[in-house]
Amino acid sequence: MQYLLLIYANEAEAAKMGDGGRTAMFNEYRDFTQSIIQGGQFKGGNPLQSTSTATTVRLRDGKTLTTDGPFAETREQLGGYYLIEAKNLDEATAIAARVPSAKFGSIEVRPIMTYE
Amino acid sequence: MTVATRLAAGATPTGERMDASDVELVFRREASRVLATLIRLVGDFDLAEEAAQDAFAIAVAQWPAAGIPDNPRAWLVNVGRNKAIDRVRRQAALRERRRLLAAEAAIASPVWVSEAEEGAFGDDMLRLIFTCCHPALNMEARVALTLRSVCGLSTEAVARAFLIAEDTTAQRLVRAKRKIREARIPYETPEPAMLDVRVEGVLAVIYLVFTEGYAVTSGADLMRDELARDAIRLGRLLDGLLPGRPAIQGLLALMLLHDARRGARATLDGDIILLEDQDRRLWDRAQIDEGLALVDQALRAPGIPSSYAVQAAIAALHAQAPRWEDTDWRQIVGLYEVLLRLHPTPVIELNHAAAVAMVDGPAPALDLLDALSARGGLALYHLLPAARAELLRRLGRHKEAEAAYRSALAVAKLAPERRWLARRLEELRCKGSDPTLSD
Repeated sequence: MQYLLLIYANEAEAAKMGDGGRTAMFNEYRDFTQSIIQGGQFKGGNPLQSTSTATTVRLRDGKTLTTDGPFAETREQLGGYYLIEAKNLDEATAIAARVPSAKFGSIEVRPIMTYE
Repeated sequence: MTVATRLAAGATPTGERMDASDVELVFRREASRVLATLIRLVGDFDLAEEAAQDAFAIAVAQWPAAGIPDNPRAWLVNVGRNKAIDRVRRQAALRERRRLLAAEAAIASPVWVSEAEEGAFGDDMLRLIFTCCHPALNMEARVALTLRSVCGLSTEAVARAFLIAEDTTAQRLVRAKRKIREARIPYETPEPAMLDVRVEGVLAVIYLVFTEGYAVTSGADLMRDELARDAIRLGRLLDGLLPGRPAIQGLLALMLLHDARRGARATLDGDIILLEDQDRRLWDRAQIDEGLALVDQALRAPGIPSSYAVQAAIAALHAQAPRWEDTDWRQIVGLYEVLLRLHPTPVIELNHAAAVAMVDGPAPALDLLDALSARGGLALYHLLPAARAELLRRLGRHKEAEAAYRSALAVAKLAPERRWLARRLEELRCKGSDPTLSD
């Protein structure tokens, strides 16, 4: 079964991080990603550019509405994701707890819908 | 001895003629275990519930004439599983069929439950409990699902117990079961590394059910009493399945010791009787003894004590005092200090202050309460001003006491608590008008 791990954290806080902190975080993510690749649970994943680069699109009455910024203003912003393979929710949440940002942000675990 | 009483005692008469009420008793005893095993076998909550109902319906029709089978639990499980297979085959809707076909493959695997082995059923019961109390479900859903599936309450009974609409309860149950299925919450006992944390989660559900049932409500509310008993039953069940765990023993002891005072803590009209005024002869001695033995075991375990066990130890000291005057307040203060280190909450701070008042007098206790309210603890909780009022009254500061009783009245919600506070206020006013008693 596949789950999407959505990584939420406060961008403003992250921006304040020094170079040393950024390198440490990068290394932690590299190690974590390596470990789930080796474990066979990694299906995909990427970090995202900050929400200041986001554009939201809606189609209403045939007209495309394009606005600057993310869909909702929230305290924590979506900053990246992993797509993982896990036996069940317990295994998925155990992996989510190892995502480096889980220590200060939050990881939303969503099962992927399947069509047979 | 009638068939019914023997069944209640745990014996299973076989091949005897019996009536519907006897069958009913077997069901009540077996329902949750049969469900627990069926969920494992068919891999789906809803399908297992339907299958269990089918099996019970067939039993109602057959048992009164044919007698109870040798092993009613295994009989119900096997008939239920066959019914589940029938159901899967009958399902016509495409979407339903896809989900259920997977279940059929699992059901059809040749695991015939022949001799209902106690251990296997115990494992299934644990799986059911841990799944119903899974942290991925919200608290309301955990409570509803546990009461419905583990305690066998009807949806209507669950709704009534928590004073919520039956529709809302039914929706909660549907949503919870859907999440179990679609997020794949495992039907498993957690791995050893996670067991302590998950047991804590189960205990939180049981304790919530108990406190809901134990809250003083107006009049004799039988549903509430039943809820506290369900919580105790759950505690016993868990203690039987995972024996020797201090946190479980501690919570069970805590519930038994509090519940033992049930008959003494309210008047027939539902007015509160304070611990100091209770007729201790009305306390349930057998239940107290059981609670005391459990506290003893829980506290003897090595390591950091469970906060339930420490709370139970406090309840035990009250239970052991023949009269209010004999209460060992010094030890109670010490236990509250342990609790404050383990698990500090404003309510525990409040209780600690009340115990300090009994040892060192009202003045130091009042300082503790003022410090607590300065930190903004319990702002909307009537017990803090009520406790302040009691201390101020004992210090002879009647005007301030009156004001404190009034602020307690302003936030108290339950009718018996409001009546009690109003009574205290009235007593104070009467004293206030008597010049020999005023400050």
